[in-house]
Amino acid sequence: MRHIIRYLALVILSFTGFSQEVENEASVIHDFELELETEYRFFYKDPLFNEQKNHFPALAIRPKYTIEWNEGYESITAEGFFRFDVDNERTHWDIRELYYQKVKGNWELSAGLKKIYWGVTESNHLVDIINQTDAVERFDGEQKLGQPMLQYSLNTNFGTFDVFYLPYHRRRTFAGSKGRLRFPVIIAKDEVDYESGAEEWRQDFALRYSHSFDIIDLGISHFYGNGREPLFTFDSLGNINAFYPVIHQTGLDLQITHNAFLWKLESIYRSSNAQDFFALTGGFEFTISNIKNSGIDVGLISEYLFDDRDELALNALQNDIFFGSRIAFNDIQDTSILIGGISDLESGSNIFSIEASRRIGSSWKAELEARIFSNISNEEFILSNFKNDSFLRFTMVKFF
Amino acid sequence: MKYTVLVLIALFTIGTQAQTAEERGLEIAKAAEQADLGFISSTVNLKMTLKNKNGQTSERSLTTRTLELIEDGDKSLIVFNSPKDVKGTSTLTFTHKVGPDDQWLYLPSIKRVKRISSNNKSGPFVGSEFAYEDLSSQEVEKYTYKFLESNGTLITIEQDPVDPKSGYTRRLVTYNKDKGYRIEKVDFYDRKNALLKTLTYSGYKLYKNKFWRASTFNMVNHQSNKETLLNFSDYNFNANLTEDDFSQNALKRAGK
Repeated sequence: MRHIIRYLALVILSFTGFSQEVENEASVIHDFELELETEYRFFYKDPLFNEQKNHFPALAIRPKYTIEWNEGYESITAEGFFRFDVDNERTHWDIRELYYQKVKGNWELSAGLKKIYWGVTESNHLVDIINQTDAVERFDGEQKLGQPMLQYSLNTNFGTFDVFYLPYHRRRTFAGSKGRLRFPVIIAKDEVDYESGAEEWRQDFALRYSHSFDIIDLGISHFYGNGREPLFTFDSLGNINAFYPVIHQTGLDLQITHNAFLWKLESIYRSSNAQDFFALTGGFEFTISNIKNSGIDVGLISEYLFDDRDELALNALQNDIFFGSRIAFNDIQDTSILIGGISDLESGSNIFSIEASRRIGSSWKAELEARIFSNISNEEFILSNFKNDSFLRFTMVKFF
Repeated sequence: MKYTVLVLIALFTIGTQAQTAEERGLEIAKAAEQADLGFISSTVNLKMTLKNKNGQTSERSLTTRTLELIEDGDKSLIVFNSPKDVKGTSTLTFTHKVGPDDQWLYLPSIKRVKRISSNNKSGPFVGSEFAYEDLSSQEVEKYTYKFLESNGTLITIEQDPVDPKSGYTRRLVTYNKDKGYRIEKVDFYDRKNALLKTLTYSGYKLYKNKFWRASTFNMVNHQSNKETLLNFSDYNFNANLTEDDFSQNALKRAGK
């Protein structure tokens, strides 16, 4: 009799979905985060072009919301970005991420706007191609716009296979008239054309195979679609004409981790109707850790950069060498400093940089960045426009 | 026949008596490993409190997942929840019984997974008094052993790290024989063989009738007078994690 009652109770519970609901309620996890940033950029040399300013106070807001259920194997992630700056073009907003993800065993499916990072080197990011660069946001090119995609990832014993369907291309934004780090002509983002008749709605694809075994981390990728970097051409009157070519890009990234040495290589071959080229970045990072039991780690980084595009390489790194040092204090405030310099072996142009950060209290962070353009040759197609654009950047971020 | 058995017993007894301190030490380390075998996978939340010599504190919170492997060392995934500027920063570690561990770091701000060197064993973990090697999976093969003393149910073993990159010459580890060889205390001696730190475990609870887990680890640095407290909560041995929860994709998801 008692058994029957218990059975009935179970049936009723499952029928009403009561037990199910209780379980679900317990396992749905919401999380909201907010970052507020104040920023001040100071360009200490007089501008090269009319209207350009020296002082750029700015604000940024980064809200983020995630919801997870099904033991975390299903989720929705949303991250917004708003920037308010003196330069009208740098005042912008973006949906960095807004995607649904489902995980089952060894596969994963993501649908929506997402950010994907590929690559291993520090001074340049050749292989990374899925997302458009948020070029007005930071000088290092590491800030990206959310890319609409359908991504399927399969993880096996012999590596991970990723397939990307990219239904929409996002244009790159360039600095406005008041902004620094620009050309004499203002490039309006919507005036940059496409080689493809489908324009931004060209349906693009990418594949990646990656595998980590023993001391080796290897990635091989291929992208076919609208290029992320616009190509610049000049007509007979000297006007700049910029367009996004349809490209094939095959990429290789390789890291060998051997004791305190990280050996790194990134290489791409990009082909389009207008231009074919090869580029590579390779080098090492060597870390001397816990120096004299102080807890301080000092990393030494050296990378060689090659790009066989002639002066049209948008990143101006044709035959350059990078030296840098990363100092991590491993203290309670997570203080770290990255100092580096990139030098053109042919023209002698240099860019020196410092990036430092430190937590203050438990919910603030201070950052300092400096980029110094030195001895920039007038023959540098891109960099010669930036030769007076050395700057200091201070930020203070509050985390909620 | 009876005679043979007697001889065997006699030999066995002599054998036991002749056991060296090294053999006995190794035997206890193996017994401790054996006692903790079969947990398969676990998750736990961790609050880390760092105290400087003036008593000022700073906190971090983390979640750790562990997958037990028998043939090779365990796999673990650590996710930072606070301080908020490092929220989502995660590490994936494949420990190996022999040779260096494999380790990847996930940086959520740029969604980058970075393979890092596991060479830095003696350095501090996020500014705490715990070195990386104190928190990595403790595999029998990583030390040589010497039995020192036994006092009631407590047994103290000297453990000398095999890896020359270790920050220690030796560790004195006190096991509790009657409580599944759980560790009660560890004294760490630096490279100059001076007492550097003492780690004490407290608030032990028995999970699944087999696995002893302490709720508090207290690491005191005798040379700097700094201290780090680890408080573990919500131990879960029923998560049924698999290798797929310890892939680089899983690392990116964890720090999402």
